[in-house]
Amino acid sequence: MKKTLLALIGLTALTSAALGAPQTFDFKDPKGVNNIVFKLDALLEATQGSANGITGSVTFDPDKPALTRGKLVVAAASLHVPNPMMKEHLHSRQWMDVAKYTDITFETKELKNVKTSGAQTTADVVGTLTIKGVSKEITAPIKLSYLKDKLSQRVPNLKGDLLVIRSTFTIKRSDFGINPAAPQDKVSDEIELALSVAGAAAR
Amino acid sequence: MFVCTNMKRTLLILAVVAALGAVFFWLATGANRGWTRTSVPVKTLDQVTGIEGIEYRKQFVPGLDFLAAALLGAALLGGASLLFGNKQRQTNTKP
Repeated sequence: MKKTLLALIGLTALTSAALGAPQTFDFKDPKGVNNIVFKLDALLEATQGSANGITGSVTFDPDKPALTRGKLVVAAASLHVPNPMMKEHLHSRQWMDVAKYTDITFETKELKNVKTSGAQTTADVVGTLTIKGVSKEITAPIKLSYLKDKLSQRVPNLKGDLLVIRSTFTIKRSDFGINPAAPQDKVSDEIELALSVAGAAAR
Repeated sequence: MFVCTNMKRTLLILAVVAALGAVFFWLATGANRGWTRTSVPVKTLDQVTGIEGIEYRKQFVPGLDFLAAALLGAALLGGASLLFGNKQRQTNTKP
């Protein structure tokens, strides 16, 4: 009985692997490479910074990329700009209020216009972006790169796959209540975001 | 009397040195026309994923705010020198 049960479990695992079951990719990045760059290009002043406190998980099936779902979380305190006073302002209550709103999140709802070519998939991801407690549904172009069996090249002695997600899109700070009264000639209302993250699914 | 003259000269020299020093330092560190930075981004390429990671290295890069503050300080020093009149000549011309 015990042998039959073990055989069944083994068979199920093999079948799942053969059919290419969805994999869950963990985006906690021990190498600290994952990042999101933000740019504000105002008339009088350009501001650029980045954040690398990214975590989250994404479920991806290389055979059915349209079913990709997941959630990415950016620690608001990891937002960095090279000027210390500007950073202090950015983290302050008036701007991002990182003490109260500790996380910036994006949760997928669906993928549209999915096109796959080899290991690359492009699509428009529809999801909910939450910044400073304000949630908005947004659509952003996304590029997924499935790197099969590449995890060991990044983390020795660990077998598995990698999923790289890239996306560049624009949001308005006034939509999320990020100091909407600030003059737009100095701090642009439009924020360009460029996301580059890699998640790992160990086997 | 000598104190006034020396003070005036010292303040003027300090003002010129501060102004020139600030301009030279600003130019030598890249003439950053933005705000002063205390860290600079260093990009690293992850060979496996192709992701360009960003790390920040501590480095002081003076901006226009630094230059403006330094030139203002120099101007104040120069202005303060005007408070000290050159009375040495008057003293010497008296019989």
